[in-house]
Amino acid sequence: MTVAELQKMACTLRINVIKMVGVGQKGHLGGSCSLSEIVSVLYFYRMKHDPKNPAWKDRDRFLLSKGHAALIQYAALVEAGYFPRTEIDRVKCLGAMLQGHPDMKTTPGIEGNTGSLGQGLSMACGMAAGLRLDKKDNKVYCIIGDGEIAEGQIWEAAMTASVFKLENLIVFLDKNNLQATGPITDRYNTNPLLEKWKAFGWHVAEVDGHNIKEIIKTLDEVDKVTGKPKIIIAHTIKGRGIAFAENVASFHNGELTKEQFDQACSELNKNN
Amino acid sequence: MKFQNQRQVYGETLLELGRENKNIVVLEADLGKSTMTCLFEQEFPDRFFEMGIGEANMTSFAAGLSLTGKIAFTNSFAVFAAGRSFDQIRQGISIPKLNVKIVGSSAGLSDFGDGATHQSVEDIAIMRAIPNMTVLAPADGIETRKMVRKIVDYNGPVYLRINRHDLPDLFPEDQEFVIGKPYLVREGKDIVVFANGIMVSRAVKAAEEVGKEGISVRVVNVSSLKPVDENEIKKFASNVTGIITAEEHSLIGGLASVITYILRGNGLPLIPVGIEDRFGQSAHGYDELLEEYGLTTENIVNSVKKLLVK
Repeated sequence: MTVAELQKMACTLRINVIKMVGVGQKGHLGGSCSLSEIVSVLYFYRMKHDPKNPAWKDRDRFLLSKGHAALIQYAALVEAGYFPRTEIDRVKCLGAMLQGHPDMKTTPGIEGNTGSLGQGLSMACGMAAGLRLDKKDNKVYCIIGDGEIAEGQIWEAAMTASVFKLENLIVFLDKNNLQATGPITDRYNTNPLLEKWKAFGWHVAEVDGHNIKEIIKTLDEVDKVTGKPKIIIAHTIKGRGIAFAENVASFHNGELTKEQFDQACSELNKNN
Repeated sequence: MKFQNQRQVYGETLLELGRENKNIVVLEADLGKSTMTCLFEQEFPDRFFEMGIGEANMTSFAAGLSLTGKIAFTNSFAVFAAGRSFDQIRQGISIPKLNVKIVGSSAGLSDFGDGATHQSVEDIAIMRAIPNMTVLAPADGIETRKMVRKIVDYNGPVYLRINRHDLPDLFPEDQEFVIGKPYLVREGKDIVVFANGIMVSRAVKAAEEVGKEGISVRVVNVSSLKPVDENEIKKFASNVTGIITAEEHSLIGGLASVITYILRGNGLPLIPVGIEDRFGQSAHGYDELLEEYGLTTENIVNSVKKLLVK
């Protein structure tokens, strides 16, 4: 896909997210929308994967450590053709394929069960080590959140990735500056990020997480770095693309009224 | 009687399996010289991961390895394997039923000197409560070897409980280990003792002692705590006048819970031998500690006699 097409795809993903959030039901809108461009680039430009053969041995791996943003991954998986479109109408219904958090047993294209925060990065490290053991050059992409990194296990994994020099591991840190209950700087300040990750032995890059061109450029650049894991700190806006939800903590896992739902759809459709 | 150390047998079996199966990987949290994964490490350094003293990360890392097709063995003391990594086992491994084997070493009170922090009285209860989890506690070295080999053939999460000390052989060499099957160790008709781990050999000793007085005790090794063949348990509990359970674990959530649940409503008197609702503590010797907690041959003998008083 071209940059313009990827931008359009990011908008399509947001529309899917809004559809899945629906009216009068809780849904993780904010942290899904902050990832739309990154997920668009990964699934529709960067990653080697085959929706017709989710278990393809030579695929790259994607693990959403901040599993509560599952809706953005579902949005991408359905657009890629991993499962029928009707599934997104049934998200979180009893017996549904699409659970509240990613479940590899029910959903094609999901690589691991995440959602208990802080564990996905360790799993991604294990995947990267496993692929290396098999002498595969596939990459493991993992997304963590700036709220999530309060979990101590993140820093255990941060050490592990650098101890084992997992150069096939590329992490995006979704720095949307909001945890569930408010601004990170007021609540539980996980900053500074750059210095921490550098101190743990990672190659650190920064990017505007809503700029497709920059994301691609940064991914190209970090690919040239060898001998260490890479993290891309993505400056993002929680709820991005839906004006009334942007930077509003209550849309971390909020409900939409019918009016808000219509307004979000019309805004996104205008941009699509 | 031959004695073997479960840790040593575990380490040797893992090494054998490592030679047979390239997909086996071993993770360790800085206890390799105690858990005996050092044997695997020496021969297969590439498939051995020293994870430092970080059990949570080790466990999720093992999940990741398993997602690339590996059979991952995580190793630590039982108290940390089941306690510190509970959420990682539950979320990332058991929900999707990944092929990770969690080995809890120095289980029960067997790390006698280190006290309550290092003694696991509740590991089986924790692991049993997790859906999809298989929970095993071998009675001796022979059964340990058979179990380790068997769980490699089983595709799914397993918790394996390993004792620290030398234990007498009692599992027949020619008997196959099957997950879920309780094993008759000794036939008898008055009382049945359901035991596991170190308490199996103690139950056998108790049976021999009361045998001298003409009392006949059946001993059953319930080394699979989950799943467990309920019909077999019911069969072994029939045609007796009383039931005893014996385990090196809290009476909450372990073998006593398994047996009383299966035999609910059968009307027979039952005496549970195990650790009352309390933590372990330091002692100069294992036997001294076991005695303090009532995990003795003598206690089983007395329980048999109590059940037979009309």
